[in-house]
Amino acid sequence: MSHFIDRRLNPKDKSLGNRRRFLRRVRKQVKDAVNKSVRQRAIADVDRSERVRVPYDGIREPSFHYEPGSGHQERVLPGNKEFKPGDRLRKPPSGSGGGRGNQGSEDGGGEDEFMFVLSREEFLELFFEDLELPDLVKQTLKEVESFEPRRAGYSSSGAPANLAVQATMRNALGRRLALRRPNDREVLELQSELFGLERVAEPSPEQRSRMQALREEIEEKSRRRKAIPYIDPLDVRYKVFEQEPQPNAHAVMFCLMDVSASMGEREKDLAKRFFVLLHLFLQKRYDRIELVFIRHTHNAQEVDEDTFFHSRETGGTVVSTALDEMQRIIAQRYPPSEWNIYAAQASDGDNFPGDSERCEQLMRNEIMRRVQYFAYIEIIDEAEAEFLSSDDNGVELWRTYQRVAADWANFEMKRIAKPGDIYPVFRELFARENQMEG
Amino acid sequence: MAKAPTQTQTQKKPRRKAPAKGKPAARRSAANDRSKLLFDGPDWTFDTMERAYRAIEDIAIGDLGLDIYPNQIEIISSEQMLDAYSSTGMPLMYRHWSFGKTFVSEERKYRKGLRGLAYEIIINSSPCISYNMEDNTMPMQTLVMAHAAFGHNHFFKNNHLFRMWTDAEGILDYLEYARGFVSECEERYGERAVEAVLDSAHALMPNGVFRYERPSRPTLREERARHRERLAQEEAEVNYLWDTLKAHKARKSSSSDGFDPAQGVDLPEENLLYFLEQYSPILKNWQRELLRITRHVAQYFYPQRQTKVMNEGCACFVHYHVVNELHRKGLISDGALMEILHQHTNVVTQPDFDDPRFSGTNPYALGFAIMQDIKRVVTDPTDEDREWFPGHAGKGDWRGVLKDVWVNFRDESFIQQYLSPKLIRDFHMFALETDESERFYTVSHIQDERGYREIRQALARNHDLSMIEPDIQVVGVDFLGDRTLHLACQSTDGARLAEADREATLAHLRHLWGFDVSLTQDGENSRD
Repeated sequence: MSHFIDRRLNPKDKSLGNRRRFLRRVRKQVKDAVNKSVRQRAIADVDRSERVRVPYDGIREPSFHYEPGSGHQERVLPGNKEFKPGDRLRKPPSGSGGGRGNQGSEDGGGEDEFMFVLSREEFLELFFEDLELPDLVKQTLKEVESFEPRRAGYSSSGAPANLAVQATMRNALGRRLALRRPNDREVLELQSELFGLERVAEPSPEQRSRMQALREEIEEKSRRRKAIPYIDPLDVRYKVFEQEPQPNAHAVMFCLMDVSASMGEREKDLAKRFFVLLHLFLQKRYDRIELVFIRHTHNAQEVDEDTFFHSRETGGTVVSTALDEMQRIIAQRYPPSEWNIYAAQASDGDNFPGDSERCEQLMRNEIMRRVQYFAYIEIIDEAEAEFLSSDDNGVELWRTYQRVAADWANFEMKRIAKPGDIYPVFRELFARENQMEG
Repeated sequence: MAKAPTQTQTQKKPRRKAPAKGKPAARRSAANDRSKLLFDGPDWTFDTMERAYRAIEDIAIGDLGLDIYPNQIEIISSEQMLDAYSSTGMPLMYRHWSFGKTFVSEERKYRKGLRGLAYEIIINSSPCISYNMEDNTMPMQTLVMAHAAFGHNHFFKNNHLFRMWTDAEGILDYLEYARGFVSECEERYGERAVEAVLDSAHALMPNGVFRYERPSRPTLREERARHRERLAQEEAEVNYLWDTLKAHKARKSSSSDGFDPAQGVDLPEENLLYFLEQYSPILKNWQRELLRITRHVAQYFYPQRQTKVMNEGCACFVHYHVVNELHRKGLISDGALMEILHQHTNVVTQPDFDDPRFSGTNPYALGFAIMQDIKRVVTDPTDEDREWFPGHAGKGDWRGVLKDVWVNFRDESFIQQYLSPKLIRDFHMFALETDESERFYTVSHIQDERGYREIRQALARNHDLSMIEPDIQVVGVDFLGDRTLHLACQSTDGARLAEADREATLAHLRHLWGFDVSLTQDGENSRD
């Protein structure tokens, strides 16, 4: 009459469709939350799952119900200790609800906000949204580390497909030898001798006793053969595979940014997205990534991430100081033979007159020889973007870097006015990656 | 010994626990005979589950005489339990964002450890499906099977509300149809269009049930036939070849009779969704069908909302009786019984009103206590009980009395009828009275001779859905004028509708009606 059904192997995520509909519903708020957290988070943490609060406005499910506390009420409560009829209790101040009843916030969280957690996938989906990444690239970035099965010895249990025949037969042979299991040849020899004797018409007494002995020996041997199996479950061995992460080298990523007063919030926000995207890309390819932040005005220093994005400096702009600093750090800590070096530079294009010459020299003679990849972005106003349509004209630093770009294939540069402009900088990089994988 | 943990758990009010049964020493030796045990240790297998099921069945059917739907017990993982939460526990449900909202909020609470998951979910269907969590230990599985697969199952099959208002055989088929229909509409008219209708329909769901009159039972075949008919009609509407004078006339007489104020409309109407489905001037056929689906779902859950205390009380009573019997027969060990009783006690604890854990009356605690109390009154009544319950005090056959109770009552009438003075004393119940204008609560009655009847009355009213939920009815439609829909709300004791939600819900109503809707409360002047 009863039926037990094991549903545990049924597909999970039955409510994925509902969840997707819900996210679409709160899309705007979620998007804001994602943007906010991109601004606040450390670069390496961007692709964590995210807790999101959305106001109840868009997702309230109203219905007709009575205002709690309105009208005349009588309620029965348990746990009377000293009350007598006619006793009066002061009402708790309105608003706190006084813990009476469980009206209102059945959904948990506060009254006005609804809280839930976005998965890494969903978070990245929204983060990528206005970066205008091609789908293939989105997919590659969202993938988590790849694994490859690797042989890791034998085990006595496993799937039939993984049966290790050689190891099994070797064990079987060893066991048969150790237990002295008679082999086919021995028995056959005895049998043919017996047949030979049986064919004799009138056997002598010696022959008779020999025949008797042979019969006994054959019987004994076949008994042993039966008792000691050719292959015993004990002998069976299976190959074991372990999922091993793809070996990845180490990489270091330099973030260089001009922090002089001309770089405002908008510029820094764009720069951050630029750094995040490069970091996501590197994360996919390398096991360990170190981040180095170098900010500069008229002199440069290595700082932590928070200072990098949030503190302001005053002073002029000398770009070469940052390149010098990077050069020094590479020499000190990241020998190019052991590290893959990536660099990303963001600036508004300003530079001290005459310094660009020195930048070009540094790039050509030192830096470009050592780095895998160097990406430079110049952050400009949307208005500026209109008339700077051609890449050929521009300020001194831009023209200098253009000469570098002409000679070095792994140098990319781009002007950026909105998030959608960022991806083309990396296009080459991703293209290479896809080629490698394809 | 087996009784001890129960009492330590409820030392504050040991009286509230079940009346202590005699516990002869012989019983213990039976329990220690390990060869008879159904299972040993915490791990469960399908084999031990099956054996435990048989043993429970022996007691539940053979001893208690329960009458149940065939059981289908499904083992699910915690993720699947979360999934089940979000679709109101049903194995299949149409898609809507609000279920996703429930899901993300439950998921967050679960992951943060704010809330454990239910041990089981049971569905009022035939066969009766119950979901058991794979994380449960074997003693827990035993408890859960006795509780859900027998206790709830019996209640679903026998209680008059469920018999009258729900169709256990048809519900899964119907939901399957609903899910298919909704996704078909999404494909055809777009997710957003469907969502807009469902949003509005969901807002009206509490007002989308028939309370007094049983609507016709829809069978799946009828639903499909209706669906086909509607599609055909829809096609006919856009096909100009059909749009001759004759067809026009036919349509006028069949589908538009709702717009003739003289005939058809039966006012007042309490079921707003039904009214809109039938008479809304703007809805398309598929939209009417969506209203119909939400209305059926609301109707299906309506009996459960009216019998929380009884349903849980019945299930708790059954599992409590069953596990104690299992132990008495020596089928489960002392340790298993202790684990079960520990969980049992957690479930049926009623914190005091000033306890931080207090969140209203615990239906498990109240239901279980009243049912145990009925058993006590029937078998071992005091003089007080004889005076209060002349009908069943000392009758002796507690099984018969309880089964009769399970069939014929709902929460409000059940409390009204069976809450005894002893229980009122045990729970230390008191009644607080207040009016909106007052700054005080006044203690109106306490657990004494003068208060018993009033407290019982008030507690019953607290569990009466018609007192808790606003009674809103369609009272008039201006069919010939501006088509304003007039609603009236009769409230109890001068309670007002919550303002923000009232406006938001009215907006949904207007969306479905297409014209203005006015709602007056208790005869006051109409406000827009």
